[in-house]
Amino acid sequence: MIVYLVRRVGQSLLAVMAMAILVFLGVYFIGNPVDVLINPEATQADIIATTERLGLDKPLYQQFGIFIWNALHGDLGTSFVYGRPALEIILDRLPATMELALVALFLSVGIGIPLGVWAGLRPNSIAGRTIMGGSILGFSLPNFWQGMLLILVFAVLLGWLPAGGRGETTEFLGLQVSFLTWDGLTHLILPAINLALFKMSLIIRLARANTREVCLQDYIKFARAKGLSGRRVVLVHVLKNIMIPVVTIIGLELGSMVAFAIVTETVFAWPGMGKLLIDSINLLDRPVIVAYLMLTVLIIVAINLLVDVIYSLLDPRIRLSEMKA
Amino acid sequence: MTVKQLTLPLMAGLFAAGLAPAIAQDLSIGLKSEATSMDPQFHQLSTNIQVAKNIFEALTTQDALQKVTPGLAESWEAVDDTTWRFKLRQGVKFHDGSDFTARDVIYSFCRVPLVENSPSAFTIFTGGIADMQAEDDHTLTITTTATNPLLPVELWSLAVVSATTLGAEDEVTYGPEGTCEGMGDVPQAPAFNSPEVAVGTGPYKLDSYTRGSQVVLTRFDDYWGGTPDWERVVMRPITSDGPRVAALLAGDVDMIESPPIQDIPRIEQAGFKVVDALSNRVIYLHMLQQEDAPGIGGTDGNPLLDPRVRKAISLSINRQAITDRIMGGYAQPAGELLPPPMFGTSGRPVDAYDPERAKELLAEAGYPDGFSITLGTPNDRYINDEQVAQAVAQMLAQIGIQTTVDASTASQFFSRRNALEFPIYMAGWGASSGDMSSPLKSLVATYDADTGMGPTNAGRYSNPEMDTLLVEAMSTIDDAKRDQMLQEAETMVLDDFGIIPLHYEQTVWAMKPELSYEPRVDQYTMATEVERVSE
Repeated sequence: MIVYLVRRVGQSLLAVMAMAILVFLGVYFIGNPVDVLINPEATQADIIATTERLGLDKPLYQQFGIFIWNALHGDLGTSFVYGRPALEIILDRLPATMELALVALFLSVGIGIPLGVWAGLRPNSIAGRTIMGGSILGFSLPNFWQGMLLILVFAVLLGWLPAGGRGETTEFLGLQVSFLTWDGLTHLILPAINLALFKMSLIIRLARANTREVCLQDYIKFARAKGLSGRRVVLVHVLKNIMIPVVTIIGLELGSMVAFAIVTETVFAWPGMGKLLIDSINLLDRPVIVAYLMLTVLIIVAINLLVDVIYSLLDPRIRLSEMKA
Repeated sequence: MTVKQLTLPLMAGLFAAGLAPAIAQDLSIGLKSEATSMDPQFHQLSTNIQVAKNIFEALTTQDALQKVTPGLAESWEAVDDTTWRFKLRQGVKFHDGSDFTARDVIYSFCRVPLVENSPSAFTIFTGGIADMQAEDDHTLTITTTATNPLLPVELWSLAVVSATTLGAEDEVTYGPEGTCEGMGDVPQAPAFNSPEVAVGTGPYKLDSYTRGSQVVLTRFDDYWGGTPDWERVVMRPITSDGPRVAALLAGDVDMIESPPIQDIPRIEQAGFKVVDALSNRVIYLHMLQQEDAPGIGGTDGNPLLDPRVRKAISLSINRQAITDRIMGGYAQPAGELLPPPMFGTSGRPVDAYDPERAKELLAEAGYPDGFSITLGTPNDRYINDEQVAQAVAQMLAQIGIQTTVDASTASQFFSRRNALEFPIYMAGWGASSGDMSSPLKSLVATYDADTGMGPTNAGRYSNPEMDTLLVEAMSTIDDAKRDQMLQEAETMVLDDFGIIPLHYEQTVWAMKPELSYEPRVDQYTMATEVERVSE
């Protein structure tokens, strides 16, 4: 287990390094931040002074060297726009995104698995077909369009829910969260549904396919033959056995939800990290872009690592075969 | 951006829903971009300034038409060419109850060069101030290094913060470029996120600032100019156009700035009020006027050096069609670099649309078959910018100039433009001072890094005669004389077709019918100027 972990961590570090180089180079080539940031009335001397202050007059390899050196010391640079450490600005926004992603995850799992299992148990019933049809819509409709439609129906036409923003927040375990107040909750519902729809469809389909497969297995037949109640067969034997692929997907998708809730955050003006990334790209705030991408790489790598570990806990065969390899 | 484009058809006809009843004392505004700091001296950017102006004031103010009016200074006079005396308003209080005196002004100006990490510093306004002396608590003299008739205009940009709150010593002595004494430990921009530090004299106090989410202001009851209209003001950045419109229609916000012009009819249909005004922003074409120009084909050398070719380009453009069809009427054809009757404009007529004459001019200049050229434009900076550039390209093609549009996002466009990559480009200029010297100095004065002239002259137009006149105008205190000189200087450039004005953008605000807002030419959205309509 330890050898396995060490090897996985090593691979992850390599991925992070490669990403650092790619991200830095990519950001370097998309334009000169000073041209965007400085007031148009500034004189040439002001422009030169700002360029020097931001360290943009140095050659690329020096800038990269400074970046790596500082990054190794835990400093991902100072935002050009906000004049504060980039990491601090991103971490400010992290709770909002995490909250949204977790609520969305909760929704997609909480609704997706039961619906998927239902559709898997009764694939030919009307309910089963409706669920599958619905999941195709969830898949294929573009995320931002779903978002706009939700706003249009629930905010503009019906006026039940606000069209965007985060609403009132309260402190919970030292973080600002919005799900504890009514106002916060109403602001949370639409973006969370928007973010959850795609994942939910994914989970429905996955759960259905696996349920159908598992139901044909001998141990299910045996369980039924033994006279176990239908409820026990489904809740214990079926559910447990469809969980492995579902956990994989949940892990991967949680990573992508945290890192790339960009569309939802933009449509709903949700003050999370994704919106920060878009704003930073528009302003060429290089340190924030780089720090954000590095942070998401770390998050995704860490989640994948965690998924691998959970796997091996869920299924001893994985653990054993990996140890032999 | 995709979100924006695809939402528009969606919104059609769906907004018959009734409006939520007005909440009497609260005002919420949806802004199209977010202030990056609550420090009024951190980033010289309209987004920041329009929020800061509710909390902090300056010695002078500018009204909706950018006319300079008294602010914290009741009156002022030019003692001689480089000395100004300001009478400060008495009885003005800061939000924390302390009194406003000349010391606060000196401290504020002193702090400008000491603000760290500023992306675009306010030092461009304090750089020319040689000395400041408080004759008494409410009389201040300012000495400039050179004659600067625009000082009262520029002072509007310099917010006054509280010296006592920020920890200054009892005696603050001015010294140029960060050599002031008695400053104490100067708080940096992040400190201003706290209402205890962001203390100004303005009509609203900072209540909270949540980055990415909102700025909340509350009424300052001891405001010298009377009780402000709103008890609580919430300013929310909603950067995408579609969601911003949706927020207004859903009643989340009471007012938004810059609704996309395609959506305006629907907003009006839904019973909202739309106001608009000419802005100080002119959209122009600039042509690279030096021997060596990239992106021109079908000819040797640079045809743009010939004034006849430049005139042909101007005559080939049907400005009325652009403003009517592409700008939906929310723009006006431009004949100058600043809309008349602003300071220094001459009322010059808009160049007529005359493709026949344009073709003749091209032939006269030796290009009867035209040539080919690349037109650079941003695609997310100005209203419908790329579509306008496409229209210009088609109009140029009709007189034989085969034009390819090279559109890129603003961050790329400005870098490429400043590297002189475009033989001809479209961009916009907002004269923050509301004065002709601003576009002349930045866009068409000969590029010279040493004197700071022509910093945005990426066409490298050069007319030494105009330069001399402009420099003279910029150091003439007498307004009438300066006006005259600026008009002459502008006429020289436009007669030469050194730059081609296309149209003035109009700025649009949409709001609930019970509100009113006098549209500002500088495009700022200021809560202090939003009023309730009296029934």
